[in-house]
Amino acid sequence: MITLGHAYLLAGTIFALFALLGLLDRSNPKRFGNAAFWGLVATSMIAGDWLGDFGNGLLVLALVAIAGTGQIGRAPGGEVPAEVQAERAAKYGNFLLLVALIIPAVALIGTFLFKWVPGLADPKQATLISLAFGVLIALAVGMARLKPPPLLPLQQGRRLLDAVGWAAILPQMLASLGAVFALAGVGEVVGGLIGTAIPQGSLFGAVLAFGLGMALFTMVMGNAFAAFPVMLAAVGMPLLVKQHGGDPAVVAAIGMLAGFCGTLMTPMAANFNLVPAALLELKNPYGVIKAQIGTAVPLLAVNIVFIWLFAF
Amino acid sequence: MLVLIGILIIIAGFLLRFNPLLVIMASALATGLAAGLDIAAIVAAFGKAFNDTRYVSIIWIVLPVIGLLEAYGLQQHARNIIGRLKGATLGRLLTGYLFLRQAFAAVGLTSVAGHAQTVRPLVAPMAEAAAEAQKPALTDDEREEVKAYAAATDNVGVFFGEDIFLAFGSILLMRGILEGYGYQIEPLHLSLWAIPTAIAAFLIHGFRLRRLDRRIRTIGERGA
Repeated sequence: MITLGHAYLLAGTIFALFALLGLLDRSNPKRFGNAAFWGLVATSMIAGDWLGDFGNGLLVLALVAIAGTGQIGRAPGGEVPAEVQAERAAKYGNFLLLVALIIPAVALIGTFLFKWVPGLADPKQATLISLAFGVLIALAVGMARLKPPPLLPLQQGRRLLDAVGWAAILPQMLASLGAVFALAGVGEVVGGLIGTAIPQGSLFGAVLAFGLGMALFTMVMGNAFAAFPVMLAAVGMPLLVKQHGGDPAVVAAIGMLAGFCGTLMTPMAANFNLVPAALLELKNPYGVIKAQIGTAVPLLAVNIVFIWLFAF
Repeated sequence: MLVLIGILIIIAGFLLRFNPLLVIMASALATGLAAGLDIAAIVAAFGKAFNDTRYVSIIWIVLPVIGLLEAYGLQQHARNIIGRLKGATLGRLLTGYLFLRQAFAAVGLTSVAGHAQTVRPLVAPMAEAAAEAQKPALTDDEREEVKAYAAATDNVGVFFGEDIFLAFGSILLMRGILEGYGYQIEPLHLSLWAIPTAIAAFLIHGFRLRRLDRRIRTIGERGA
């Protein structure tokens, strides 16, 4: 049976090849830092389960030391000239689109297939495993027709990854910080503070505190899932449901969505907000957040009104 | 109260634009120490969580495919398609993507699209081409804004679609926690309550896309 472990092995191999090609790239003055950084990411992917918790922690410290002291960077250039791209686009156009759509199509088919046919792959991880298959199939189809130099996909992929840089592991780092926060009981302290700040007896005040609290605490944690249990325990359950008799399903469902509005506004949700800015090579790392605030704020207000209207 | 020092470090670090990896590590160490943990325990806790969340970084395996396709002109082709479609305005394009992203997420297909898989190779270049058709002399700032909106539209679509799906993680999380308080609530009941917000998100973000479209268009017409 195919498990997530196989997908990690594939990812680790790709990161290891990125590290190796990075090491050989003499045009990049920071090639040693790059090779060490992606080499460590590859080690984590392949051998993380055997390193032990403390070993993994040391690996993270090494990653932070390399990136934090500015030892990684991208080599200038490397992209295919625009004229060549335009010429090739005219020749291969729709084929390229087809290959690009193989990844989502395989992810889609695989997700259903692995759930319906037991024993092929771990059904809980069907989507990620299917994504890995989609990548391999798309690569095979693309290589067969385009016949590029064999290393081209890896070289171009490495160029894109170097453009993203250390931001590539930011989501994982923030998720880990969340775990340390949980261990230290940060959630209970914040929940207690918000709980004491609510005016007694006012229904709308309590709804407002719950919605705003979900959004703000999500912004701090970068994740609505981390904020939800804390805010439900501090405000949702004792005030909205128990004291004012609100419908717990509405309080929970729409409260979570109020948290998602917070996700749109925080750099802590790096995979949604900072990584795409790096991937699209925006000058402003907060450009995506800037584009989202105008949607998130009115939507948060709508969610708060919805809880007030529908739960009581 | 002392454990909140980690939050202060994060906020200050991001505002002062220190390297975020350093800021996160400093915050984790400070928070752990404030809670009375020893350094080895903090490092181990961080390492365990880092290892448990590796699935977040699997997405980068798409880069060799995207790199290959871009080298053969995929972004250019995406722009050409928009150039040929007369009705493909910036607003319609992104609103259409928003709708599709919400609809797919609502049936549980969140990973079929995303920043690496669809936004960078397809949606962003298409949006740029549509904006260029509306305003040939697009400035760098406007180009940035259009690309940022392409990414923002992906986020809004997936966030406010996925909760309609019964088996999505947050629905299961909510159900589990409510059960802990003694409330037995069907997942369907929770997911139905995500629909009003999904509609509101589509209307609000759609309205903002329309305004972006108008803004680029009027600047374009005035400049021409």
